[in-house]
Amino acid sequence: MDLTTLTIKQSHEGLKNGDFTSVDLTKAYLENIKKSDLNAFITVTEELALEQARVADERIALRLRSGQTFGLLCGIPCAIKDNILIEGLNCTASSRILENYVAPYDATVIKKLKEQGVVFLGKANLDDSAMGASGETSIFGATKNPHDRTRVPGGTSSGSVTAVAAGEAAFALGSDTGGSIRQPSSFCGVVGFSPTYGAVSRYGLIAHASSLDQIGPITKNIEDCEIVFEAISGKDKMDATSTDYKFEELGISLKGLKIGVPKEYFAAGIEEEVKKIIKSTIKKAEDAGAEIIEISLPSTEYALACYYIIGPSEISANLARLDGIKYGLSENGKDLLDVYLKSKGHGFGPEIKRRIMLGTYSLSSGYYDAYYKKAQEVRQLVRQDFEKAFSKVDLLFCPVSPFPAFKLGEKLDDPLLMYLADIYTIPLKLAGLPGLSMPAGKTEDGLPVGLQIIGNHFEENKILAVAEEMEKLLT
Amino acid sequence: MISKEEVEKIAKLARLELTEQEIEKMQRDLSEILDYFDLLKKAPKPKSNYSNIPRNNGIADLNGARKDEVLQRDDAQVQKLIAGFPDKKDDYIKVKTIL
Repeated sequence: MDLTTLTIKQSHEGLKNGDFTSVDLTKAYLENIKKSDLNAFITVTEELALEQARVADERIALRLRSGQTFGLLCGIPCAIKDNILIEGLNCTASSRILENYVAPYDATVIKKLKEQGVVFLGKANLDDSAMGASGETSIFGATKNPHDRTRVPGGTSSGSVTAVAAGEAAFALGSDTGGSIRQPSSFCGVVGFSPTYGAVSRYGLIAHASSLDQIGPITKNIEDCEIVFEAISGKDKMDATSTDYKFEELGISLKGLKIGVPKEYFAAGIEEEVKKIIKSTIKKAEDAGAEIIEISLPSTEYALACYYIIGPSEISANLARLDGIKYGLSENGKDLLDVYLKSKGHGFGPEIKRRIMLGTYSLSSGYYDAYYKKAQEVRQLVRQDFEKAFSKVDLLFCPVSPFPAFKLGEKLDDPLLMYLADIYTIPLKLAGLPGLSMPAGKTEDGLPVGLQIIGNHFEENKILAVAEEMEKLLT
Repeated sequence: MISKEEVEKIAKLARLELTEQEIEKMQRDLSEILDYFDLLKKAPKPKSNYSNIPRNNGIADLNGARKDEVLQRDDAQVQKLIAGFPDKKDDYIKVKTIL
């Protein structure tokens, strides 16, 4: 039996029945990582993983001996995006400026997973500082798509998604600012979930754009997604934006459900094959009893421009802390200003510099009204679009990306072209909404295409209940 | 196209050292992206006044600020933070002169 094909639930059953141990499971994943040429991991923590697995096995044995159950995630090996802090391990964000940074504490999500007895296989590759859409800007080199090694896995959670798709982790954590969990999940054919803003603590996540960043699960199926989401969500006093929120199972089904299909997400720019796959998926939901309602989100066309003003503005403020003084790369200079200039100049990659420049420009005197203020107003329009939509429908179904995985190098030199890869994943983030990507089918070339399900604030349970039913219809 | 001087001015505001090639590429990239942003000019005004637009992402109760107080951390944690300083004297961060 290949242990690395098992879902979390199946692995849990195996551990419970004594078919294998967490050490067996961990070794099987480590074996795949060692054989792999995909570059999904920056750091492989073999020793730590095996030690955690041994502890988990003891914990499981103890619970079973006294006739007790144990947590679903106990002894399950996972990958963590390398912008989430695990105490004592390097946390690089795939950037030169944090290349040698050692995390001084655990992120809240890591603390929660540790309490569950999860095994950490290593830190997964990502675009430099979680900025990009292809996984190619990492200083540790690009990750390759397991379905076609000449193509990108998507980004920025490139390594996390690839690890799950290629049997190099049972599940992974990623982070999503404009589409960084969902878009690569679509490109690699796994489940990726960006929860409601505030559902999961970001304490210990290296900040990108704070009004947008969320941590979320990347898994093999919907059931696993729910298990991981439940484990990491909830109020944390270390993140003021996190909310007191308990996930509750919801007994709803497609029958009678109102599904909105935003017409703007099928307009010019979408590839025919992607459109066909998503339309036929929506038809399956309709055949199962859902009511399909075409809706309009008229501000969609402004969302990308809005995002690339708000995101970079927040980036230019957030990344100011990486100045060569408190931690990270520090270059020698003749005075303080010189230290700043050189540390940032040498430490930040091209895309980071581009966004810091864009953000500084948008916030600078004389341009603030035309750019930052205007973008905040447009953000409100985007929110109102969704508000209106959810007054009429339960969920939205649409594509995740207008195209499947593209070739390595294809868009790397054209920032605007790269930005367009996130055109369907960005709008809901501006409104703080949850969105899921799940495999819907494959193109003739065998490239996965994801269906995106968008819900109203804190309606993760509705999304997951319907996604689970869709999963059955699609397999 | 955005001028070389303007790129240099913004870079200085951002405390970012750029090479000549980087400045040139930045001129081209920023111009292209800023042109794209012009799209926003035709967006309608939202009904609510700018100053009333919620900054909490439209979700209630996200702005609970905590008290401004010193929290005790265990010494091991403190030592880890200090170990990350690029330059230090005793337990203090050492920096270059400002002028």
